[in-house]
Amino acid sequence: MPSFVIQEKCDGCKGGEVTACQYICPNDLMVLDEELMKAYNSEPDMCWECYNCVKICPTQAIEVRGYADFCPLGANCMPMRGSEDIMWTVKFRSGTIKRFKFPIRTIPEGSVSPDGGFGEGEGSLDDQLLFTEPASLKESKLWTLSDHQ
Amino acid sequence: MEDFETVEVSTDLLIIGPGMAGAGACVEAAHWAKKNNLKVTVVDKAAMERSGAVAMGLSAINQYQGDNTPVDYLSYVRQDLMGLCRDDLVMDISRHVNGSVHMFEGYGLPLWKDENGNYVHEGRWQLMINGESYKAIVAEAGKTAVDADNIYERVFIVKLLLDKNDKNRVCGAIGFSVREQKIYVFKCKACLVTAGGAVHVFRPRSTGEGMGRAWYPPWNAGSSSYLTTTAGAEMSSQEVVFIPGRYKDGYGPVGAWFLLFKAAATSASGVNYMAEGAAEGGELHNWPPYGEVKPIPTCLRNHLMMQKMYSGDGPILIHTDKAIAKLAEQAPDEKAYKKELKKLEAEAWEDFLDMTISQAVLWASKDVYPEEGPSEIMPSEPYFIGSHSGASGAWTSGPADIQTDESKSDYFWGYNRMTTVNGLFSAGDGVGNSSHKFSSGSFTEGRIAAKAAIKYCVENPEMPEADADKVEKIKQDITIPLKVHEENSPYTTLGANKRRYDMPVEEVNPYYITPKMAMFRLNKIMDEYVAGWGNQYNCSATSLNIALEELKRLKEDLSKLSARNLHELMRCWENVHRVQIAEAHTRHKLFREETRWPGYYYRTDFPKMEEDKWGNVFVNSVYDEEKDEFQMFTRPKYSLVNIQEVVGM
Repeated sequence: MPSFVIQEKCDGCKGGEVTACQYICPNDLMVLDEELMKAYNSEPDMCWECYNCVKICPTQAIEVRGYADFCPLGANCMPMRGSEDIMWTVKFRSGTIKRFKFPIRTIPEGSVSPDGGFGEGEGSLDDQLLFTEPASLKESKLWTLSDHQ
Repeated sequence: MEDFETVEVSTDLLIIGPGMAGAGACVEAAHWAKKNNLKVTVVDKAAMERSGAVAMGLSAINQYQGDNTPVDYLSYVRQDLMGLCRDDLVMDISRHVNGSVHMFEGYGLPLWKDENGNYVHEGRWQLMINGESYKAIVAEAGKTAVDADNIYERVFIVKLLLDKNDKNRVCGAIGFSVREQKIYVFKCKACLVTAGGAVHVFRPRSTGEGMGRAWYPPWNAGSSSYLTTTAGAEMSSQEVVFIPGRYKDGYGPVGAWFLLFKAAATSASGVNYMAEGAAEGGELHNWPPYGEVKPIPTCLRNHLMMQKMYSGDGPILIHTDKAIAKLAEQAPDEKAYKKELKKLEAEAWEDFLDMTISQAVLWASKDVYPEEGPSEIMPSEPYFIGSHSGASGAWTSGPADIQTDESKSDYFWGYNRMTTVNGLFSAGDGVGNSSHKFSSGSFTEGRIAAKAAIKYCVENPEMPEADADKVEKIKQDITIPLKVHEENSPYTTLGANKRRYDMPVEEVNPYYITPKMAMFRLNKIMDEYVAGWGNQYNCSATSLNIALEELKRLKEDLSKLSARNLHELMRCWENVHRVQIAEAHTRHKLFREETRWPGYYYRTDFPKMEEDKWGNVFVNSVYDEEKDEFQMFTRPKYSLVNIQEVVGM
């Protein structure tokens, strides 16, 4: 459909200011029906199938059904995103199942330092060195046009 | 309609759009701002954790210099863009980009390593990554640097504000929350626009439910271009769109297949059109010197594909099965063969699952196994994306130290990546003629621009001020679509409904136009008259002039856009932004009387490349909002270095 919400599984992220899917959708597609306390994709033809709502949903209530104008029915790709890796289950129309697991990050979420571990660098506002340089370049100095013969 | 509350925020540097370029800007700006006791504020129409073009993830970093020099990279970029790029901007990004990639590794982005601990290259410049969380990781660095309190999410910026005493000085931006009845007025000394490229200006190939499956994300609505253009900034190369040739319908990446797995593509009858084009007397020799030097430019690769398609020898097939078989054959025995096959299969699927999950869904839904047979590839609709093999964007100052005496007068005016409007900077898809920066180079260009913008704030400490009456007028204008709907919807029978879009039924009302229909109208004009896929990428002065007439009427009707809620209000303004770049693009195409990028578009009335007349100039424009007029002119291209040999992929 793009992404769709399974009614039975969605609890409207009870207690939250916005639902997780509303928080994350880059295209502002997800809406909470406050009477039903269920979320829905309000504009499926503007969905990129980026899967961010699927990955973030705390009750696994969101899945994707391939775009109806070119995807035959019956297949499904479902992620299980953990803190270090993501596991994909790809179900083919024929029923074949493939499973893939890939790492997603090497250090824990919340521990990123903006300098990437390279320190603040040696530059000033009046030179060409950026924050963390030249250490982050792993070179002693920054290239400039006069270095070219 | 409820009244909107106004929220005023004063800051030093305002960053609009923290995608890859904006996240780089956050990291850099925060450092220099802290040293100089300045404030940095960030505004995003989505959630920074997953906003912008890398929201889904990526499977490769496409710009890493390694041990190559900036001149090597320039040789590749200049060749790919048929001779036209800003040497200073390209080499500036190139010299810094390794540092950005090393920082990503420090942030915890998994880069593939070989047994010796070296990065795994997909091509000379490309590194393979496990990039599912690429944006989330980079955003975390940016958010940590500027502090969450300084980030405004779900706020859509409609317009920039100019100083009341100096029309050529930016002083803020105005927009609205897409979740609450609030108008935001940001006041700043410098502003960095990194609000992405533009999608859905041209008609997409899928127009049903799959309309959102553009190769570039549907939320990139041309805001960078609109904001800088309407502030009066000089724009460049707005004619140079990008058309990726990708797997049909899903637009899944082909880079790993071509570069890593060495797959070949053919026409339906089995002609290797690349080899045919390069052979003696082949089509590529009609586009010297670029057609005769490797790597063959992206537009020319498209061109050869399109020639086959439109002569009836389509569809184009990529032979994934043969590529996999060939790679696996190199294994010494049956066991190793199976192991190698499994590894290649996982790599191929990760390529999709990291960055174009739809392609995996499509292959699963059609029971496609790449090892069993070929798949179709197809050129997409045109996109505006200055960071890839397109070149559209603002005309900005370059760095002081990568100039010649000659270039300095046209390429340098004090602050790196500052537009021709004082205090207004751009980066990423927002900057023209510095193509092939991709994710890592956009992050890098954001850093470059942010440092210069902080320097600007330090050296220009007085706070500029907007004309209060003008701000009030824009505030009123922003909410007009809501009023239009409220006042007119009872006239017809399909009216008030709490749902956002009554798919597939649209409201019909003689007094307004819904944002979706405005987009469809734009898409139709652009597709049929301005060289979309529907017209086989052809246009002429006649068709472009018809388009300008149609766009004029569309612009008039934009004052009758209607919105039922804040989400639709955003859609309205996104389409206002799209129409602006559409008109600029049409005028640029009309002005450049040649065909320089066959495979991106054809001027059928000027079907050849005119190297003497157009090979050394950029087409630039300045828009006067009060008069609603474009001024078109050229700027010279300077070669800062002589390229002896083009360094390939």
